[in-house]
Amino acid sequence: MSKELNSIPVLDSIPQWFDAIVGKEGNAFKGLQNVRTSALEDFNRLGFPNKKMEKWRSTDLKNVLSFDYSMATKDFLMKDILEEVFECEVQELDSYVMNLYKGRFVYKESPLHILDDGVIVGSLSAAFDKYPELVEKHFGKYAKTENNAFNALNTALFLDGLFVYIPKNVKVEKPLQLINAVGTTEDVFVQNRNLIILEENSQLTLIHCDDSYNYKRSFTNSVTEIVLGANASIDHYRLQNINNNSSLKSTVAVEQARDSRLNTNSIILNGGLIRNESFVTLNGEGAHADILGVYLADKNQHIDNQVYVDHAVPHCTSNELFKGILDDYARAVFNGHILVRRDAQETLASQNNANIILTDKAMINTKPFLEIYADDVKCSHGATVGQLDDSALFYIRQRGISEDNARMLLMYAFAAEVTQKIKIDSLRERVEDMVKKRLRGELSICDQCVLQCSNPEKYNFEIDMSKI
Amino acid sequence: MAQDEKRLIEEVTQSEYKYGFVTDIETETAPKGLNEDTVRYISTQKNEPEWLLEHRLKAFRKWKEMEQPNWAHLKIAEIDFQDIIYYAAPKKKKELASLDEVDPELIDTFNKLGISLEEQKRLSNVAVDAVIDSVSVKTTFTDTLAKHGILFCSFSDAVKNYPDLVKKYLGMAVSPSDNFFAALNTAVFSDGSFCYIPKGVRSPMELSTYFRINAANTGQFERTLIIAEEGSYVSYMEGCTAPQRDENQLHAAIVEIIAMKDAEVKYSTVQNWYPGNKEGKGGIYNFVTKRGICKGDHSKISWTQVETGSAITWKYPSCILSGDNSVGEFYSVAVTNNYQQADTGSKMIHLGKNTKSTIISKGISAGHSNNSYRGLVKMTKRATNSRNYSQCDSLLLGDQCGAHTFPYIEGANKSSIIEHEATTSKISEDQLFYCQQRGISQESAVGLIVNGYAKEVLNKLPMEFAVEAQKLLSISLEGSVG
Amino acid sequence: MLLQIKNLHVSINGKEILRGINLEVNKGEVHAIMGPNGTGKSTLANVIAGKEGYEITQGEILYNGKDIQKMPPEVRAQEGIFLGFQYPVEIPGVSMTNFMRTSLNEIRKYHGQEPIPAKEFLARMAEKKELVEITAKLTNRSVNEGFSGGEKKKNEIYQMAMLEPQLAILDETDSGLDIDALRIVANGVNKLKTSENATVVITHYQRLLDYIVPDFVHVLFEGKVVLSGGKELALELEEKGYDWIKKETEKR
Repeated sequence: MSKELNSIPVLDSIPQWFDAIVGKEGNAFKGLQNVRTSALEDFNRLGFPNKKMEKWRSTDLKNVLSFDYSMATKDFLMKDILEEVFECEVQELDSYVMNLYKGRFVYKESPLHILDDGVIVGSLSAAFDKYPELVEKHFGKYAKTENNAFNALNTALFLDGLFVYIPKNVKVEKPLQLINAVGTTEDVFVQNRNLIILEENSQLTLIHCDDSYNYKRSFTNSVTEIVLGANASIDHYRLQNINNNSSLKSTVAVEQARDSRLNTNSIILNGGLIRNESFVTLNGEGAHADILGVYLADKNQHIDNQVYVDHAVPHCTSNELFKGILDDYARAVFNGHILVRRDAQETLASQNNANIILTDKAMINTKPFLEIYADDVKCSHGATVGQLDDSALFYIRQRGISEDNARMLLMYAFAAEVTQKIKIDSLRERVEDMVKKRLRGELSICDQCVLQCSNPEKYNFEIDMSKI
Repeated sequence: MAQDEKRLIEEVTQSEYKYGFVTDIETETAPKGLNEDTVRYISTQKNEPEWLLEHRLKAFRKWKEMEQPNWAHLKIAEIDFQDIIYYAAPKKKKELASLDEVDPELIDTFNKLGISLEEQKRLSNVAVDAVIDSVSVKTTFTDTLAKHGILFCSFSDAVKNYPDLVKKYLGMAVSPSDNFFAALNTAVFSDGSFCYIPKGVRSPMELSTYFRINAANTGQFERTLIIAEEGSYVSYMEGCTAPQRDENQLHAAIVEIIAMKDAEVKYSTVQNWYPGNKEGKGGIYNFVTKRGICKGDHSKISWTQVETGSAITWKYPSCILSGDNSVGEFYSVAVTNNYQQADTGSKMIHLGKNTKSTIISKGISAGHSNNSYRGLVKMTKRATNSRNYSQCDSLLLGDQCGAHTFPYIEGANKSSIIEHEATTSKISEDQLFYCQQRGISQESAVGLIVNGYAKEVLNKLPMEFAVEAQKLLSISLEGSVG
Repeated sequence: MLLQIKNLHVSINGKEILRGINLEVNKGEVHAIMGPNGTGKSTLANVIAGKEGYEITQGEILYNGKDIQKMPPEVRAQEGIFLGFQYPVEIPGVSMTNFMRTSLNEIRKYHGQEPIPAKEFLARMAEKKELVEITAKLTNRSVNEGFSGGEKKKNEIYQMAMLEPQLAILDETDSGLDIDALRIVANGVNKLKTSENATVVITHYQRLLDYIVPDFVHVLFEGKVVLSGGKELALELEEKGYDWIKKETEKR
């Protein structure tokens, strides 16, 4: 084996993990054996991405893959961890909460709930056992493995994740909150897999939180597939707040049928290395997608957002807006790609990425791409890198507000263009509050920070968002 | 309406290439294929000094190790680099009285192209260097220019007469190993234009080079070097055509511009190589590396291009803004029709403080063509208080073509501002209707609207070129409605 | 004396815009500055407010006897100088309420006062809104975002009412207003007038001065005050047009 390969210790562990989960030792998801094997082959063929690849030019995994992560392939006792897992509670947010811990589904009584209206919520692995046909109809159909190493690895090795099924005409009012918590006594590699199915004319709000609750290093490879039936509607939020030692690779693949509505909003507050990939396929006429994101990064954080929107059929609309503020040595990457296929006439698509750089050490690479094969379209994109608007700054200062505060106000307003689109009031208020504090630097001062990432002692506590 | 559209689009695809004739002249050619001997052959033919041969051979060895780039949004049939003639020169007829005299047939050829090599017949304010296949046949107004200290001649003459200048600047903006096609050009370039504007001189006339590919199976590899000394100014124009042939022909050129302190160079191109027929057969493969260095403070380089020809266009005229307060500009109109493919744009590398760059790109796609803008704007940490504004618009005529935008933007300091905007849409039916309601035929209306759409760029062209470019746009798109 | 401008010369990018302005404004006075476009009216307003990009090459600006040249714009605002912008800036994402409260509190802080209690603040907002006949909706929106021309100008006067400046400079507040909005704006300004404050109205037209009656009228031309007088000067100007000024200036 070459030196190059040895620099990624995980590569040596993957065959063992695969054997433990899928192969001779493990027996999880028997029906998936073939899918998993071929996904592993895909991964072995592709390998971990490197900087030579066009899509990874600006995000280097070398460092974060140089650690000897472990993977919890064995089951653990629920009662041992229930106390350990924290509750990520946004004050006054009334939601159903589901927990994932080290890639496993955490439950008290039953892994799978079937509600009166036919809604199924719970563990994906349990759903595989109980509703194999329903799951297999969609599983792996949208997050492709042939050309995406992380999707392949996830498909080969995932332990569990969230499964949601909303039947036809059912509108779930209360938000569903998925909390994926990472943090143990050792460096972990976590593979989460979620499958969200919305049947015709149904509705769901899903909040997906990725949190770490101690300083320990981790690498999470999360894949979520969302299927929207005709006229179905989902509000999807990704809240990412992990420690600076941790990496998160999060893929969301959405398949949209006729007149369906996707509203997905990535709120990235903290993380060592975060790479979000969104694949949205507008596959039914009249479908609409809003894909939003805001990232605030300082220190050595690296935030990468990849958004791929496929206008496969006519009369669809998509709207992308990502905004970022970069401090210290932070680095951000945005790659947008809108594809309008030959017959996708009357497409309306827009794509926007705006960045503010606060230091001469921070850096942004942005690539807003348009690839258009239909003529009756209106597509636009824009990208800006720059400073705050001077005339706005003067206007505010003329009202007696100090320059520092005027800047803060403008930065807050800059981020607000995205955060104010959060439709859950309590969540929006909390996020806006966190943004404010983040901008004041309060969240990055270690001793005030709940993440305690520089504190070498194991730290266990309940997170009360109201105190952040 | 749909029927109309079809008919009109068909009409577009049938518009003829005006410059497709072949001149029957005897040519001297190198044997087909490329190896070190070919490089030596070219060098010997041109009586080059030893250092230049070495320079070529070094580039050739680099090239052999390189791979043809594949990142552009282009489908390129495999090019057999051994099946190309790398040197073709019109044979000089013995009875010509002096070296300055040009074969009358060549004069005819250029007359047919609308380029007169006789000074008195030319517009008095444009000097021309006429290049056919691999060699420069005539440079006009050299004497007039020499009075101002301006050196304007073929590249070969420059190597002979001003070897120190050539040696000093050749490869400064585009190094021999810069990219696959640049390495190839450096190894086998045959001729081109050389231009030196001394300190403080504003060129009294527009300088221009006219490139013509005539011989079959040949590649054209010319090289242009422009040096603008402190405080000087020159406006430079480039035009090109080639005969109509079924085979693809390779054109891999390099243009280098060096602008010293306070110097300004304006470089305009109207590229009209043979684009292939309506089935996409034949046409020129146009792989060009154009780059300028704004070396001195307050220097300025401005690229303007109107790209209507070539089966494949791969070019990214760029500016390295190394002097403080230097300015880079790129204005482009690219029209693709039938099965043409273009992947073109610009690179603006901001190195100096307070540097400024502007990119305005207008893409127009028709037929089955694909038209991509690809560009890089890079603000380095050192380039404080710098600005870039880019606007890349695409217009689609017909539902079988593609228009793509691939901007790469890198910001690495807090005081600079980068803005990129782009839109893609079809020609406005409201505008069409408005024109028609005023009695303008649909065909003329499209020409009118497209010309209006491209105006911002066309306005940047020197007068002599603007008229030609406007005609070209209308011809390329005659009657097309999307 | 509230404001005293002595022989003020100002350049933008090396081009001289103001060429020796003299102006004295006392408490309780209303001044109107008139003049054709491009004579430096807005420059004068911006320089008093401390906008960057202007170079004062000569002269001084005294406010309450203090030289304010080196003061940042927010300190001038905290000292009581208010500029009603000709083109109020849109600030998406910043609510009017948040904006005004931050502004008011920073000004209070400068004067050693405690932040305004929420209740008092809300009462004040309600009260001042009435003054300029502003609808509640406007104050719930982001600063100037999506406001019509008239709404923006009303919003400027509303902010003036909220902040109670000592010196208000209103730059072309009348431009783009229909007659009703003009009346409302002028009404607001008149109601805010006390013996302790002063207003400088910059305008192109005499029209506004039918509603805000000035004590003094100054005519600015080519960077200088070429004529000063009482309110009748405005009428004379309206009648004879700016060409008359040009001729008068040439005569001298």
